Amino acid sequence: MKPLTAQEIFEKLKGKFGAAVVELQAEGFNPPFVVVAPGSIQAIGRFLKEDPELLFGSLMCTSGVDYKDKFAVAYHLHSMKLGHKIGIKAFLPHDNPSIPTVDVVWKAAIYQERETYDLVGIVFEGSCDPNRILLPDDWEGHPLRKDYKYPEQYHGIKI
Amino acid sequence: MSQDPAKPKTKPIKSNIFDIVPAPKELPKNVLQKNFERVRGTCAGGEGFVQVGIADLFINWCRKSSLWYLFYATACCGIELMQGGASKYDFDRFGAVFRATPRQADMLLVCGTISHKMAERVQRLYHQMPEPKWVVAIGACTITGGPFYKDSYCVVKGVDLILPKVDVYVPGCPPRPEAFIEGIMNLQKLIMQTKNFGGQKA
Repeated sequence: MKPLTAQEIFEKLKGKFGAAVVELQAEGFNPPFVVVAPGSIQAIGRFLKEDPELLFGSLMCTSGVDYKDKFAVAYHLHSMKLGHKIGIKAFLPHDNPSIPTVDVVWKAAIYQERETYDLVGIVFEGSCDPNRILLPDDWEGHPLRKDYKYPEQYHGIKI
Repeated sequence: MSQDPAKPKTKPIKSNIFDIVPAPKELPKNVLQKNFERVRGTCAGGEGFVQVGIADLFINWCRKSSLWYLFYATACCGIELMQGGASKYDFDRFGAVFRATPRQADMLLVCGTISHKMAERVQRLYHQMPEPKWVVAIGACTITGGPFYKDSYCVVKGVDLILPKVDVYVPGCPPRPEAFIEGIMNLQKLIMQTKNFGGQKA
């Protein structure tokens, strides 16, 4: 089994999922990103992990991106056995951004999704631990959003 | 080498603290003399003045010589704290050893960045320590917030905002263990100036 290029991975996904796989962002991205529809992220993740030619066993990083008019969730995947990498990206609307969780596929997603929810405010539906991880539980707002306003004080302590 | 048997080999050592006979005229002219203070107090025999200067000195000397600190570190200053407590710098020379519980600690060395989530824990640790207790703020983060002073939503801008008092500030990012030692010695000087007995001064 040899490592696949991003184009081969994209064509394999496109053949399996059809319209749920939108495009391949190769220029200026390392690793290249496959843009997918948010609703089918669980099925795509399970296929990426379990297909014998892909075997993406490691979810390295989950990021939330604020584009001011929309959000994106980016997953960095790595295959320990085959040695290839790919990014998966899903665009979400700016009001009420939510996407199904992938912690049923990769256990590592639990902490990463909690952090993404904590700082960017993207809701992961069906998550087994949908709480904040870094900030206090009673914190208001999500600080890494572009339109975040700093509070004056927290529990009487000046910020 | 021949020695004169009439001369003693070493000078007799006289303790500064225990050999004092409380007669103010005969006291040596040193730091002890100005520690002779009297406090008005009452006891079974009636009202009178109590000589407390030497008691103050003795209590303060005891306290400054056993400054046990809480082993508590939240950021990179804690690495310097560990180095300071280890064999090369050895805070134990100054009577400072680490304690793993606030119940046994006299001194809280706040080592490192305090986030708003951590602030409540620091306050709880401080209030769990028995009196008398002292706080030393170590490093730029605990003094002003340091590199996180501007545009940080999560860092407390100085530990004196959340604790009732801070006795000594040790700047640096992080300060070297020598600076820790200087902070501890400054705290010892501060402790030696403490007046432990209230009431009217004579």
